Amino acid sequence: MFHFFYNLDKRWIFLLMLLAVLIPILLGVRFPEDASPMVREVFQAVDELPEGSFVWMAMDYDPGTQAELHPMAAGFTRQCAMKKHKMVFMTLLPQGGPMIQRNLEILEREFPEYKYGVDYVNLGYRPGNEGVVKVVVSDLQELFGNDVKGTSLENIPLTKGMKNIQNVDLLISVSGSDPGTKQWVQIASTPYDIKTVAGVTGVQAPPLYAYIPNQMVGLLGAIKGAAEYEQVLLEKYPEFRDNPATQEGLRRMGPQLVAHMLMITLIILGNIIFFVGKSRGAA
Amino acid sequence: MKRTIPFIIAAITGFVVIGAYFIPYTQSWGDNTMIWFDILAGFAFVLGGGNLLKMNLQKVSDRRAGWGYSLITIVAFLATLFVGLSKLNVHPSESFPNHPWSGSLEEQGSPIWWTYNYLYQPLQATMFALLSFFIASAAFRAFRAKNAEATILLVTAFIVLLGRTYAGVFLTDFFTTGRSLNLSLGDFALHIPFDGLRLDKLTSTIMTVFNMAGIRAITIGIAMGIVSTSLKVLLGIDRSYLGSEEG
Repeated sequence: MFHFFYNLDKRWIFLLMLLAVLIPILLGVRFPEDASPMVREVFQAVDELPEGSFVWMAMDYDPGTQAELHPMAAGFTRQCAMKKHKMVFMTLLPQGGPMIQRNLEILEREFPEYKYGVDYVNLGYRPGNEGVVKVVVSDLQELFGNDVKGTSLENIPLTKGMKNIQNVDLLISVSGSDPGTKQWVQIASTPYDIKTVAGVTGVQAPPLYAYIPNQMVGLLGAIKGAAEYEQVLLEKYPEFRDNPATQEGLRRMGPQLVAHMLMITLIILGNIIFFVGKSRGAA
Repeated sequence: MKRTIPFIIAAITGFVVIGAYFIPYTQSWGDNTMIWFDILAGFAFVLGGGNLLKMNLQKVSDRRAGWGYSLITIVAFLATLFVGLSKLNVHPSESFPNHPWSGSLEEQGSPIWWTYNYLYQPLQATMFALLSFFIASAAFRAFRAKNAEATILLVTAFIVLLGRTYAGVFLTDFFTTGRSLNLSLGDFALHIPFDGLRLDKLTSTIMTVFNMAGIRAITIGIAMGIVSTSLKVLLGIDRSYLGSEEG
């Protein structure tokens, strides 16, 4: 037995991980979520804004991180639409355009009263990483002369006369990489005192905690943050309960729980083998 | 001369951007500089694409190990470039119906949309999904309680792994009593709420207290380092970024 585990073929581990993720997905296993105070603060930051407030949506994620981040982005979009906030979408990533499009499809499908150009605008992508943030925060139209459809910002009711983003009511940054939330906080939120909330991957979250609460109201970390946010969204807006698309994060917590339990089991098993091997002089 | 002119450009640009932050009169100078940066970043894509082609064509030409992958890279790159630049099957924008290239690259059904949604998106998602398998294997083989530091790390990892799922609540829900442990020693009194021992609450404490304190210290240290390194670059003390004299 000891030798089996000591020389365990990693394909067994891969198979176990596959089953740990696959079975809960197939069985549709769901667990209740209790939102943390920080998630509630993020929710509150969007909810307490007066109806029709101006929200800047920085969607800096791509297909690699969409499993964690799209449920957050979709949740933010839905909450803003419920509050009738005006939204301007943009991305710092060349692969981010279609991610914005997915959020716009939510507005088109679930909020047909929302009109492009009046209630929301898609500015798309511009190259330049943090340089783009620096420019939009001081002179937006120097860089974004038009939206993704080629319409001049001066001909779009929502952006007409908009000089920069210093006066937006809230900046929502959903970010899976660099450039992302860190640049928005350092270059836009902090110097110009723009109220900011964020949704980031599990890997990105720990360094960003340093900016809370003065430079950023709060953040949603990983799929757990997304699931808790969805839970609060469902509590406040029960009409979303009939829409399975509003519960993507909650659904993904089932496989996450089983996978985490497997990881813990593997770590414990690995340590037992290590110490037994050490006592036998094998390690 | 080959290094002096780039150094002067870098130094002036750097000081203009720094000055623009502190002197309101020069703010527009800083803005213009950043727009130049954004334009240059656009050109960087051309250089990046050219470099990618050069490297992979050389590999195919020399028949070096793995040249088949390079061939696939070149074909994929050129095909994506073609459908993207030509906006193949993308209809003109409603605002500019007479301009064939005015349509959006995200138009549903176009070849570039198809490439993104049915090739790039699943491939990138797959690459990230594979991480879970390798992390599990690495955790089994490498995460050992070899010493006190490693043991603390291991215990913290267990708390966070459990606390980030419903398992944390399920296993330690008995702590939800609303009561607290009160310790007093003279004037010193300590109240430890039992609720805070629940794994999800402990995870939150680890992230917002221990992690935040550590990250702030590291961030401030890094910022100091950046200031020092930037000054060395701007003052010309460190010119290594310009390459060697011979090159």
